[in-house]
Amino acid sequence: MTFSNISMALVQRIIKRYPEGKHKSALIPVLHIAQAEFDGWLSAQTMDYVASVLNIQPVEVYEVASFYSMFNLKPIGKCHIEVCRTSSCWLRGAEELIDHLEKKLKIKVGETTPDGMFTLKTVECLGSCGTAPMMQVGADYFENLTFEKTDKLLEKFQNEGKRRTYMDKPQTA
Amino acid sequence: MGKLLLKHDDVPGIQSYDVYRKNGGYASVEKAIKTMSPEAVTEEVKKSGLRGRGGAGFPTGMKWSFLAKPEGVARYLVCNADESEPGTFKDRYLMERIPHLLIEGMITSSFALGALTSYIYIRGEYFYIVSILEKAIDEAYKNGWLGKNILGSGFSHDLYVHVGAGAYICGEETALLESLEGKRGNPRIKPPFPAIAGLYGCPTVVNNVETIAAVVPIINDGGEEYAKIGIGKSTGTKLISASGHINKPGVYEIDLGVPVEEFIYSDAYCGGILGGKKLKAVVAGGSSVPILPAELILKTANGEPRLMSYESLSDGGFATGTMLGSGGFIVMDETVSIVKNLWNFTRFYHHESCGQCSPCREGTGWMEKILHRLLDGHGKMSDVDLLWDIQSKIDGKTICPLGDAAAWPVASAIRHFRKEFEALVVVKDSVLA
Repeated sequence: MTFSNISMALVQRIIKRYPEGKHKSALIPVLHIAQAEFDGWLSAQTMDYVASVLNIQPVEVYEVASFYSMFNLKPIGKCHIEVCRTSSCWLRGAEELIDHLEKKLKIKVGETTPDGMFTLKTVECLGSCGTAPMMQVGADYFENLTFEKTDKLLEKFQNEGKRRTYMDKPQTA
Repeated sequence: MGKLLLKHDDVPGIQSYDVYRKNGGYASVEKAIKTMSPEAVTEEVKKSGLRGRGGAGFPTGMKWSFLAKPEGVARYLVCNADESEPGTFKDRYLMERIPHLLIEGMITSSFALGALTSYIYIRGEYFYIVSILEKAIDEAYKNGWLGKNILGSGFSHDLYVHVGAGAYICGEETALLESLEGKRGNPRIKPPFPAIAGLYGCPTVVNNVETIAAVVPIINDGGEEYAKIGIGKSTGTKLISASGHINKPGVYEIDLGVPVEEFIYSDAYCGGILGGKKLKAVVAGGSSVPILPAELILKTANGEPRLMSYESLSDGGFATGTMLGSGGFIVMDETVSIVKNLWNFTRFYHHESCGQCSPCREGTGWMEKILHRLLDGHGKMSDVDLLWDIQSKIDGKTICPLGDAAAWPVASAIRHFRKEFEALVVVKDSVLA
């Protein structure tokens, strides 16, 4: 397991943003790159690799990766649907949207469809309160959702079939 | 209604450097670097009366003046763009729509503080904004506003965006610094305050996005001009994120001091309650501040009209008042179950507690459980007092304010809506879907 040359160049560029000897600061950004490059999740092997790249102890990577909600420590569907459930979204129909998605995808929150295409999760406030209800898929926010709009999006994701991560696999450094 | 931050909000292409510059962009950097000393810039911010827009409302100029300046030690400015307080989406709006305003504010503020490097710590969920900010930063470098020897002044500055990965707690400034150092977001014990020992143990100022952006008009027009806007110690304008049961959700830049009633019902702002329903309650400053019933949000306990200002919203203390907080204004109509909303908030705090302090780690979970059983028809009358007891043992007893933030919504909901809790015990029907 190694980063592509492009990803590695980006990693090196990110490390330079921090003072000498403070390269551990790059850990979260580098974990994002790793997640984008290695199938949308962080395996123990991936985390060990990141530790070796940053020259820090593996445990320093594990403790960080397990703290932040955006790092997936288990395999994840290509299309990771995250529905905000916090107050403002709840007031504007988040519960109904979650029910609809469960029925449509035939899975419960926290599960992945058998074909590995969709994982459904609920998340806390994503700062989309004025455009509720909403869901985040990869880096994209989909807002003011209706059932109809949501169905069309699911169809689009299914047809495109690509993995959607928070950051795209680096194309340039 | 004078807009300062969102003045050019509707100018087509204002995201780009050229359009931003044509509309007077980067004038504050020019003015500060060419005609002012760093101390003079800080002095203008002090005169402006600007208070931290992230939620705490601490005077910005004073925060800046606390920054230690030992010889030969780096100083840092860190922008808190970890906007995660439920009900708050103003920083997102500002960064997305007018990214250069934040970049300009960062440069001017860094000049005042003598910071040669600064970071914008942005929450990971806002990943799509990272590229918007990085593009703006690239343009600023290309046009000589960042990098070495800015405007031939000898002042050099580098600015970077640092992305988080999903953790409400990282909005707390010392947790943010831990996270920026590549660690778990566990808040630090204070003192020492970041002004003495912050990022990498160096003197650091952490300011919210909106606070940094407000430095731009303050330097352009002068602190005294800025202080003419607003009311009393609530000077200037404030971005309010309006959501919930209103006709026009969105971000509004208000002159501090607008009456709450006007803000809710005027077509210039929220445009009234959705579907013509009755107003039941408002959470005025993000999920952490006390919830108020309609009669107390519209008027103070003394019958004075309640205003959108730090002082007026907190009039009456926690007994009958609340806080301006982050300006996350959540409106609830007559159909809303206050207990269910509280369960929603409490679940949030339980999920987001970093786990360092027992009262918060355990207490938030207990409160979530008790609220759930009340809603599920299995509550006891004594549960209401038990909830009160637990929140009182979290409030003020944790390293960081997340504990207080988890306690206040519970206390205020019981204080103002106790009958709703009791009704759940009497009726015993589950109101959960």
